[in-house]
Amino acid sequence: MNISSSHRYFRQHQKTARCWGEGTCCVIIVRHVNTQTEAAFRMNEEELVEYFRDQMRKDPDMASAVAAIRTLLEFLKRDKGETILGLRESLTSATTCLTGVDSSVAVSSGGELFLRFISLTSLEHQDLSRCKKVMEERGELFLEKISMSRAKVAKLCHTFIKDGAKILTHSYSRVVLRVLEKAAGEKKRFSVYVTESQPDAAGRQMAEALRKLNVPVTVVLDAAVGYVLEKVDLVIVGAEGVVESGGIINKIGTYQLALCSKAHNKPFYVVAESFKFVRLYPLNQQDVPDKFKYKADTLKTVENFSEEHPVIDYTPPSLITLLFTDLGVLTPSAVSDELIKLYL
Amino acid sequence: MADSGVTEGPDKKEEIDRAKSEGKELTKEEKQRLRKEKKQQKKNKEKKDDKASQESEKEKKPLSSPPPASQPPPQSTTQKAPSAVPAPAPVSVPASEAPVPADKPAKSKAELKAERRARQEAERASKQGKKGETGQQAATSKQKAPPNELQPVVKRLPEHIQVDNPDVLKKLAKKLERQQTPGQVADKQIPLRMDYGYKVSLFSHLHQYSRKAPLTQQVSIPSTVIHPAVVRLGLQYSQGIVTGSNARSVALLHAFKQVIRDYTTPPNEELSRDLVNKLKPYISFLNQCRPLSASMGNAIKYIKKEISNIPSQCKEEEAKSKLLNCIECYINEKIILAAKAIAKSAIEKISDGDVILIYGCSSLVNHILCEAFEKSRKFRVIVVDSRPRLEGREALRRLVQKGISCTYVLISAVSYVLPEVSKVFLGAHALLANGYVMSRVGTSQIALVAKAFNVPVLVCCETYKFCERVQTDSFVSNELDDPDDLIVTRKGKTHLKDWQEVPSLGLLNLVYDVTPPDFVDLVITDLGLGMIPCTSVPVVLRVKNVDQ
Repeated sequence: MNISSSHRYFRQHQKTARCWGEGTCCVIIVRHVNTQTEAAFRMNEEELVEYFRDQMRKDPDMASAVAAIRTLLEFLKRDKGETILGLRESLTSATTCLTGVDSSVAVSSGGELFLRFISLTSLEHQDLSRCKKVMEERGELFLEKISMSRAKVAKLCHTFIKDGAKILTHSYSRVVLRVLEKAAGEKKRFSVYVTESQPDAAGRQMAEALRKLNVPVTVVLDAAVGYVLEKVDLVIVGAEGVVESGGIINKIGTYQLALCSKAHNKPFYVVAESFKFVRLYPLNQQDVPDKFKYKADTLKTVENFSEEHPVIDYTPPSLITLLFTDLGVLTPSAVSDELIKLYL
Repeated sequence: MADSGVTEGPDKKEEIDRAKSEGKELTKEEKQRLRKEKKQQKKNKEKKDDKASQESEKEKKPLSSPPPASQPPPQSTTQKAPSAVPAPAPVSVPASEAPVPADKPAKSKAELKAERRARQEAERASKQGKKGETGQQAATSKQKAPPNELQPVVKRLPEHIQVDNPDVLKKLAKKLERQQTPGQVADKQIPLRMDYGYKVSLFSHLHQYSRKAPLTQQVSIPSTVIHPAVVRLGLQYSQGIVTGSNARSVALLHAFKQVIRDYTTPPNEELSRDLVNKLKPYISFLNQCRPLSASMGNAIKYIKKEISNIPSQCKEEEAKSKLLNCIECYINEKIILAAKAIAKSAIEKISDGDVILIYGCSSLVNHILCEAFEKSRKFRVIVVDSRPRLEGREALRRLVQKGISCTYVLISAVSYVLPEVSKVFLGAHALLANGYVMSRVGTSQIALVAKAFNVPVLVCCETYKFCERVQTDSFVSNELDDPDDLIVTRKGKTHLKDWQEVPSLGLLNLVYDVTPPDFVDLVITDLGLGMIPCTSVPVVLRVKNVDQ
């Protein structure tokens, strides 16, 4: 069984057995493949997941998408495929496998963008190894660019924080933390309100990190957002994914926050790196695909999603004032222009 | 207008002025008299400086071509679409001025320019005084822009929306005369259709034609001038037999295919140039029958470009078959395949249990719904309809035939029905460069009410309908249909039968309206773009122009 037909088998199994995770399906196919390719494939599958988890553990400050891309680059280097098409297919399946571990939007968008970036060059070389070398170089370049993206965003955003400002933020976002770090480094005085952000109380983690920076911080209940907004000057949140309409997908509670800040006429800023741009266009909350709404383990174990509570929500672009990305400061309508340039 | 040179009786002039200020249509004699006056004036002026007036006419011709016809120059791709529209004007003007001074060593170029500009200023000043009362803010602001700004010449309004200006009408009549192929008898000309009935003053700059008698009975159309396939097409347009943006474009392209098949290059002429000149009177004729739609405008631009790109050494048979092939490709790619691509993207947005609201009859939206039904999505449709066209009945017929469960309401019931609707699908006549959607009248109303109920509005539109025009209201450029369509007879009583005799009553039958992009959530289009927000239309236009 060659790689392409094994992928077809994989997809078939995926459709029929929804309660199995992608990892399980992979293992089942692997048993049907002949010994030679079996060895190579299986080693990479489990190693892939292991490598990914390893990357996340090594640097907890790194975005999960960056870890995923590092893993994919490693996968590319070790891949023993014979054709470019096969390579592309195996990369796509590797991305799918990684979303099985961490189902956030950023992992899938980062993987897709990585694939686009490395193949967006002339691969007309006769020799496959030379093509692979070109792709690897592009991959390294991509990784380098996105490692700098957080710094670029922080540089753009910190000027919007004036001296004496009161900032409201939601849950734990490393990008927002970086921005506030930079602003504190510029000797600006500001205080921060953080929502507790249940069910995982990630807001407390954010508060801890901010206390280390000597920034006065208050943790508020998710329900107290409307109460606290009159004291606040601006709202800054991170994003797990930026969709084509210019809206964002973020931890549950962001939509509420955006609605309240619109009602109070407070600016609502979003900070996100460009690899979080994803080719989705939700019309409302229901339209967001299920695979992003729940954690990866829930997707694998639970049958009936109506019992489960989603962990993310969608904020439409009409509620967002500005987006700070490493491509620049964008209005929500400009996001689609950037996406057209990226993907067209 | 320097009316001082007129030697007519003062009371007759008073009558004309009174008639003009009341906004009523001038009677035939009055119009003829006006024309005679202007002819006299022109003859006097022409005697003064002959060549200068020729120059000014040549200059006015490229400028008075409607904005969609002008292509942005290839190097200014970085310019935004709205500013790209005035940019071609200075580009085309130096091109037309360049050959003319070569044969005029007597007067220097600068002197001529100064003379022309002075005359233009005088004309503009008097025109401004006249147009004070009418609410044509767009027209006056355009004419007020002085020529001694960055651009050498001011972009003029296209002729088809200056119906209330008799000079423009006269110029148009002359232009139609001039569009004869050489060797034609002067009295056989393309007919100039007369306006019908009282026009509401806000829309007096648009044509309003009557559909009571077919076009061939109102004017004589010489068949030697206009190809019979085009005459048939014009009749079909004017009588409302062929309606809908896609249908009209496809019919137009088929008629032009017939024209090309029957065409033979006259001796000493090149096919690439002669055929384009042949098409001009046909297009003016079709414009008289029914104003061209944006999609038709883009199709014509494409054909003209293809024809002029034919190499001169190409044999006639080969050239003709190439052109026919091009047109077939255009229809196939831009209309048929685009519909398939759009249907594929749109079906992702239709989920089981949806209640979809549609308005009027859009071929694309009907196609999408039929495809979705074939892919066994479970949904039901609410068809909204409005007078006087009642196009929703055609859509209802098509959907029910497929087996889709439908509800039919009139537009007055839209707010009653909207709470149970999950999505609204709308078709578009054109997508403008500032993100506004131009569609059948009533569309913006539905979008507004849907927004108030928080129901997502999706517009489906092929890319060949994207046009470079910018419009923020429905007054500047629209179409007025036959006002008699609004009259309804119930139980043998027609209350509005004598509406023409009531001086304060006007009947307005608008065809299009313009929806702002805030009310539209999503635009589904082809060319691999899939779903884009309404504000990204200028980006697509820019990218398309770069490709072409």
